[in-house]
Amino acid sequence: MAMPAADPTLGERLKQVRAESAQPLTKDDVASIIGEVVGTMGGDVSMLDLKLYTELEGLARYIQTARTEIAAIRPDKISQDYIMAATDELDAVVGATEEATGRILDAAEGLLNVADEKIEGPAKDEVTELAMSIFEASNFQDITGQRITKVVKTLKHIEAKIEALVHVLGEEVERARQNQVQEERKPARTTDEDLLNGPQLPGGACNQDEIDRLLASFD
Amino acid sequence: MAVDMSMPILIVDDYKTMLRIIRNLLKQLGFENVEDATDGSSALQKLRERQFGLVISDWNMEPMTGLQLLREVRADAKLAAVPFIMITAESKTENVVAAKEAGVNNYIVKPFNAATLKTKLTSVLGNF
Repeated sequence: MAMPAADPTLGERLKQVRAESAQPLTKDDVASIIGEVVGTMGGDVSMLDLKLYTELEGLARYIQTARTEIAAIRPDKISQDYIMAATDELDAVVGATEEATGRILDAAEGLLNVADEKIEGPAKDEVTELAMSIFEASNFQDITGQRITKVVKTLKHIEAKIEALVHVLGEEVERARQNQVQEERKPARTTDEDLLNGPQLPGGACNQDEIDRLLASFD
Repeated sequence: MAVDMSMPILIVDDYKTMLRIIRNLLKQLGFENVEDATDGSSALQKLRERQFGLVISDWNMEPMTGLQLLREVRADAKLAAVPFIMITAESKTENVVAAKEAGVNNYIVKPFNAATLKTKLTSVLGNF
């Protein structure tokens, strides 16, 4: 059942158009009909409103494009691969520095023992003073550790923000991930640059014994 | 009055390396009776079990910070008079002011050297 037109004048006009449907509409006819349609909206939607809607639609398209582009950067990968790796590397720096400082302090304490038990005269004072200098210089480890802890906290803050972004962009990120997985399935040659990974985290690569065994396996 | 070089000193820091450094520097300055704790709570427990002549504490520790330890010490009638030196990397003006308001006797910023430690100990304990 046909719905009655909101405006009787428009209804009449539509009947007239249907009657004339065998003939093509001119540009003026189309403009006239559109004008009448707008007129039937009873002042609820003005030309200004329509312009606003058009601009809002453009804005929505812009936001959607931005979401797709952000998702293509793969924020989930930044969080999982890069930030977590950076945090682990920094933890390894703190651990290695602490261990090295411990060994330096062992040596300095050994020097003091030697100075106390086996050396006499000015040489004893000299060795003691040198050992004191080592203790003073070893302060750096505490400061370095605290600075790195601050950096790790900052990275964790960024990670939380990125995770929130990934949550908001859920579908787009998943699409970008699938696209990238398909790209990565294509076989790629290992380049010299791929082999430059720097020091590895403990357990993340071969130790000397494993390297020796690997080399021996080629013989 | 001469400083009692055998008085027990409590050093508090969550970095064991730092405890070793301070202990060795104190030893070279003539203080051999040194105990340590790795956070404010265990330090407070030690202070309540034994009488110490001086506390040297870090600030940034968990679960009880050096500042909280200082406040606890000053709030406890039996401990309130124990001299307290803060050794910390926290060097903002507001940190020093907060420590002073809480009753700290002196304040050493990390990294520090033996000469600074000796100067601050002399300022708090007298010449030795």
